[in-house]
Amino acid sequence: MDMPAPDPAILSRKAELVARLDAVLPRDAVITDPAETRAYECDALTAYRCPPMAVVLPTTTEEVSAALKVCHELGVPVVPRGAGTSLAGGALPTADSVILGVARMNAVIEVDYDNRFVRVQTGRTNLSVTGAVEEDGFFYAPDPSSQLACAIAGNIAMNSGGAHCLKYGVTTNNLMGVRMVQMDGTVVDLGGAHLDAAGYDLLGLICGSEGQLGVVTEATLRILHKPEGARPVLIGFDSSEVAGACVSDIIRAGLLPVAIEFMDRPCIRATEDFSGAGYPDCEALLIVEVEGSEAEIDEQLETISEIARRHNPVELRQSRSDEESARIWLGRKSAFGAMGRIADYMCLDGTIPVSRLPEVLRRIGEMSREYGLEVANVFHAGDGNMHPLILYDANAPGELEKCEALGAEILKLCVEVGGCLTGEHGVGIEKRDLMGYQYAPPDLAAQMAVKDVFDPKWLLNPAKVFPLATAQAHRTAAE
Amino acid sequence: MNVLIPETEAELAGIVKEARAPLGIRGGGTRPLGRPVDGQELSVSGLRGVELYEPGALTLVVRAGTPLAEVETTLATEGQRLAFEPMDHRGLLGTTGTPTIGGVIAANVSGPRRIQVGAARDFLLGVRLVDGQGEVIRNGGRVMKNVTGYDLVKLMAGSCGTLGVLTELALKVLPTSRASVTLHCTGLDDKQAVAALCRALGSPFEVSGAAHLQRGPDGDAVTMIRLEGTEASLAYRTGELRKLLAPHGDFTVETDPERTAADWQRIRDVAPFHDRAGDVWRLSLKPTDAPGIVAGIEGAEAVYDWGGGLVWLLVPKGTPGGNIWQAVARAGGHATLIRGDRSGGAFQPLAPAVAALQDGLKQRFDPRGILNPGLMDQGAAA
Repeated sequence: MDMPAPDPAILSRKAELVARLDAVLPRDAVITDPAETRAYECDALTAYRCPPMAVVLPTTTEEVSAALKVCHELGVPVVPRGAGTSLAGGALPTADSVILGVARMNAVIEVDYDNRFVRVQTGRTNLSVTGAVEEDGFFYAPDPSSQLACAIAGNIAMNSGGAHCLKYGVTTNNLMGVRMVQMDGTVVDLGGAHLDAAGYDLLGLICGSEGQLGVVTEATLRILHKPEGARPVLIGFDSSEVAGACVSDIIRAGLLPVAIEFMDRPCIRATEDFSGAGYPDCEALLIVEVEGSEAEIDEQLETISEIARRHNPVELRQSRSDEESARIWLGRKSAFGAMGRIADYMCLDGTIPVSRLPEVLRRIGEMSREYGLEVANVFHAGDGNMHPLILYDANAPGELEKCEALGAEILKLCVEVGGCLTGEHGVGIEKRDLMGYQYAPPDLAAQMAVKDVFDPKWLLNPAKVFPLATAQAHRTAAE
Repeated sequence: MNVLIPETEAELAGIVKEARAPLGIRGGGTRPLGRPVDGQELSVSGLRGVELYEPGALTLVVRAGTPLAEVETTLATEGQRLAFEPMDHRGLLGTTGTPTIGGVIAANVSGPRRIQVGAARDFLLGVRLVDGQGEVIRNGGRVMKNVTGYDLVKLMAGSCGTLGVLTELALKVLPTSRASVTLHCTGLDDKQAVAALCRALGSPFEVSGAAHLQRGPDGDAVTMIRLEGTEASLAYRTGELRKLLAPHGDFTVETDPERTAADWQRIRDVAPFHDRAGDVWRLSLKPTDAPGIVAGIEGAEAVYDWGGGLVWLLVPKGTPGGNIWQAVARAGGHATLIRGDRSGGAFQPLAPAVAALQDGLKQRFDPRGILNPGLMDQGAAA
């Protein structure tokens, strides 16, 4: 993974930069001590590290604006950072950049149950948004698995999803408005407590733009009343094809479960060893969860079970209580930890059309044997968002490179069958150089044109999303 | 002037590339929205047909000029539908012709169920389009979860053909509900009605429609709430919701499927204003702000949808827009002149920094100003 060489001219202006940042920010908001900036050298993609020139931790939109204005005037790149949980290197610094972290901006500004929204500062964690309203029976729907730690700022940057998005959608479907600071310090409000855009849907464009168009400091988020209850059914099959067909039949029957999770045999075995959840020993396992009142849940689970029985499951277990539900979810929720106990792993995030599931699983198996690296599959089957986990040994020379090569092959396969490189983690640096497999040059040029409009100097979150050479050629042609 | 009707995307791209003067882009021509465009008409209606339909994956890929009715019939054969319930503008605007799926998406047209499931833009998974230079561009895809690169899909929905001509759309579809019921209450004033609708929407009972007519069919105010699902589930939720809403009023239950469907089609298409003289505005507001804003506009009659968040306003012909735009801007929201003299611009005036971003995008996607120039121009605030 190449990162651009730091610009010596920018590095040489460090003293001036720090002095000017100190002048506009509170004393403890500017960090330049190398021992402290090191904490910001990477995000959750820990294979790549680079300490930034400085870190700023503002507490208000005005301070964000002042800091960006200084960086803009001095031509210093800025890497926005939420909680640093990106699996794609979305918050990886360059040596000549300033990290702008929003972690200190975590206030709840407004809660409005009548109009069903909350307005928060974006450093607030995903789970604590729900935490602010759950006593009154409400919740914020998008639930990425890092929700305990990840910040709303990063959720917006990556348009994060979660296990329950089959019913509730992803971040972009639950985001009503933002206050955003542009690279030159200009503050804009997009959307709000009302629905849809006044002109172009700039809010939709911002969500998922990986912090490259502006720094979002406040967000208006849709909240919903919690369902009366939710319970899953666990279904085991002796083949992935049959499990895939069962998913398709459930959806065609007109049901809309809140989640349909899929695990394959390597994953079932590892989680079973780790958690003892009592999963059957089989090729493929589905966990299907539905919501509503007790009677509504029973009605839906019975319909799903009827469909499943037509596919001769090796196991069919309907939850009757919270305790049984917790047991069914136990293995799935500990899957990543269980895999981590066995080996180092790389988690992929491609999405495929659900109809191609059996074929894709078969071909991943073939590639896994060819590369000599085991792959376990655990994913959101209802929406086709796969999370193949490639197991490798980080200490063995050459294994990381082999693992990355296999990962790239699997993602190319996702694109080939009509899917995409990333369903919810984002491109970052991790999938940057694969963008050409998904998009033709004019498609990428159109996206880069948007970048030109919002950040003409290309200072925000450098070296992400677009292949370096492609971005360079685009900018050279524009000059 | 003859309407140009290309039959392939390549032909369409060629026309745009060769164009030396503005083009007026349209689908079926049933939704003349925004400032009228003075240019050669170009219809997308020649690009039609379903490319791919996978009911088990809830996915439909369709060419932009395909009639909406054809899309709906295709989905109905599998018990599925466009869940965002797009409005038919013909009755309100007095237009004729065949609505197309491309027109629905280009104008981001949604109906009553938007309050529960999201807008047209939320169901758009991918697009193919021709930009102002005649270049064919793809964005998004056909899968439900996709964060690969910038989301130009959302940008295109609602940009009314000013950034690109949509040629192909990938859509998420949903199962049709087995049954639906409507709860009715008469005689509530606007504020009481919005309070009741907010209460219903803030419940766990999955309300899929929440509307209020100042003048219902009998002349009295009518407040309406829709529930959809299986019969057993509906019986339960109807009972619970009536209990919850008892402090707001006595809600009666309509279970007849045909009457329920007709009720919500009337709301969707703003039927109460079809044969009435006057201009029609569409306001998007924070629901609890809506009654106060409506009360402040002289001579206005309102149909509320989306729990009060969407207001259709009938005002005397020629009512200046300035005061409406100003009142809406003060509260937060936006107003669009839908029926009336739109020659001075029909859209909400934007903050200068937001307008600059919008102009920048237009300049990038259509540097020669060929595609529907001026259509999305802002009106003049008083």
